[in-house]
Amino acid sequence: MKAVPETAAPAPTPGPHRKPPTPAAYPAPSRPRIVTGRVVRTRGGGLSLRFQGRAAAGTAALLLALVVVMGAILTTGDFELSIGEVVKALTGNDTGIADFIVNTVRMPRLLTAVCVGAALAVSGAILQSLTGNSLGTPDIIGFTNGSATGALLVIVVWHGSMTQIALGALAGGLATAAAISLLLLGRGLQGFRLVVVGIGVSALLLALNSYLITRASWQEALEAQAWLVGSLGNRGWVHASAIGLAVLVLLPPALFLSRRLSMVEMGDGIATALGVNVTRTRAILLVISVALAAFATAVTGPILFIALAAPQLARGLTRSSAPGLVSSAVMGALLLALSDLAVQRLFAPALLPVGTATGTIGGLYLIWLLITESRKSRS
Amino acid sequence: MTRPNTPTPRLRAEDLTLSYDRRTVASSLGVDIPDHSFTVILGPNACGKSTLLKALTRMLRPAAGQVYLDGRAISSYRSREVARRLGLLPQSSNAPGGITVGDLVARGRYPHQRLLKQWSAEDEEAVAEALRQTGVLDLADRPVDDLSGGQRQRVWLAMVLAQQTSILLLDEPTTFLDVAHQVEVLDLCAGLHARKGHTIVAILHDLNQACRYATHLIVMRAGGTIAAQGDPASVMTAELVEDVYGLPCRIIDDPETGTPLMVPAAPKWYQPEAGSADTAQTVAGAILAEAS
Repeated sequence: MKAVPETAAPAPTPGPHRKPPTPAAYPAPSRPRIVTGRVVRTRGGGLSLRFQGRAAAGTAALLLALVVVMGAILTTGDFELSIGEVVKALTGNDTGIADFIVNTVRMPRLLTAVCVGAALAVSGAILQSLTGNSLGTPDIIGFTNGSATGALLVIVVWHGSMTQIALGALAGGLATAAAISLLLLGRGLQGFRLVVVGIGVSALLLALNSYLITRASWQEALEAQAWLVGSLGNRGWVHASAIGLAVLVLLPPALFLSRRLSMVEMGDGIATALGVNVTRTRAILLVISVALAAFATAVTGPILFIALAAPQLARGLTRSSAPGLVSSAVMGALLLALSDLAVQRLFAPALLPVGTATGTIGGLYLIWLLITESRKSRS
Repeated sequence: MTRPNTPTPRLRAEDLTLSYDRRTVASSLGVDIPDHSFTVILGPNACGKSTLLKALTRMLRPAAGQVYLDGRAISSYRSREVARRLGLLPQSSNAPGGITVGDLVARGRYPHQRLLKQWSAEDEEAVAEALRQTGVLDLADRPVDDLSGGQRQRVWLAMVLAQQTSILLLDEPTTFLDVAHQVEVLDLCAGLHARKGHTIVAILHDLNQACRYATHLIVMRAGGTIAAQGDPASVMTAELVEDVYGLPCRIIDDPETGTPLMVPAAPKWYQPEAGSADTAQTVAGAILAEAS
């Protein structure tokens, strides 16, 4: 333990029976830096904002990287395009093949990747913060397996269309969250319990999913398997607009509640003492998190590890003490876009689903996490 | 402290029944927190002290009865409004990883802030003042993770002070501290009480510390009932300690402050005339005699 000069400590005064320290016993007010970040205030004080320089710079760097990756995805491939041609196509000034390649093939798929990545990352960031556990993510607590159950039921039992599969996945994810909440009813949605019950439910659903596949014909099983890996292949404007709308609707309330979330992170007691309605905040944020994960999974199938890794990586980059939902969202979008670029270009002729890439990244990330965690616990 | 004609205190509880999952912890509790008092709640483990504190800070909704703050039922306030009048230091809280002392204390300003009013001049002033009062101003840019237990407790206290409420409730603020840091934290509270006229309510375990610092004692007994309320000198008696804790004792005057000092009665085997050389033998003999 480091010795710290405690110059400002009050002189010992045993209670009301001795004279308490006079204000003069404290050092005169000086103006050291008290809080981190930059403060912008209007003259009257009616408006005051606080910016975290490092978080803003980190998020800006991530955005820049995302733009670069998006540019790479739009220009490279079997049909190479220049940036000028892409811009022309995007602004509607091109009616030839570039228009088709950009606006019909690449752009919807890219936007789907960006929105799904952002949705998963924000869902994970909220859940990790609520549970106070880096393993508290929708893929581990069972929401993703619940979506898979919904989708499999549609594929195997009702032989539904792609849209119906998506709706099934959405319903499955939401139903799983409802079931977990019921199991926790009256005991609060506290962190550890939520993770443990979620892992249990997840395991049960996995068993159910395996059973459903054994009951399927081989064609259905193939379709199910393709859906279960998580893919961005053949995703058009329907998918991009569905997930885009979900993000547009669900992200703003999450951002609005993120200050409250950082209070809840400190514990129910202190958050309540600071005037946060903890039960309501937890419930609303949980619904947002579940809905984001369910919509994302409905559109692409289960894409693992983005929800787990993106918030942690973003937090490491911005060194923020608050749950950075914006930086997590951009990190998630970047990770999924990058994964999609990798599977599309590195393994060019093979049509690898993006789930394999995120799985690889996620596996490496987990190994790194375990190594650093064990090192931390040893020191 | 409570005289027949004193005005109704700002914080009081009437006829509370407190329970967790239908298990009743306390029933028909009536508690007055005298304004500008340093009130200490005492009682054996699991007697419902913390539960009472939770009810007083609306963390636990009473099964029956009501807590009143400034004449109105505490449950009728908006959460933020309560947070501007009443501060609480829970038994344990988590500091977010990597947060600095200044940033953590600044979070105490949350109930005074708005979406577009994130860091006003008043916020800055309140935080600086809280850091100064608790003697951690020099640590403002240090990560909380690097601090010792005693320093950390002062930082949490600073956070509650930054909230600028004139009523402060502290749930076992000294529990994980060594005796020097315990005294330091209690001195700090006593200073706030004496200089600023804050009403302080603290749960403590040490009877002698309680008698030294408190101006008002609330003693609870197992089963969640009030055994006694009042000023330490008249409340703290050997009969009360025997009744509440089942511990035979003597109450003498604290040689430093003159407040009541509880000294547990000597154990049965103890013989004051036994010399140091044969003490072990005497003890062994006494234990054998007890066993047979």
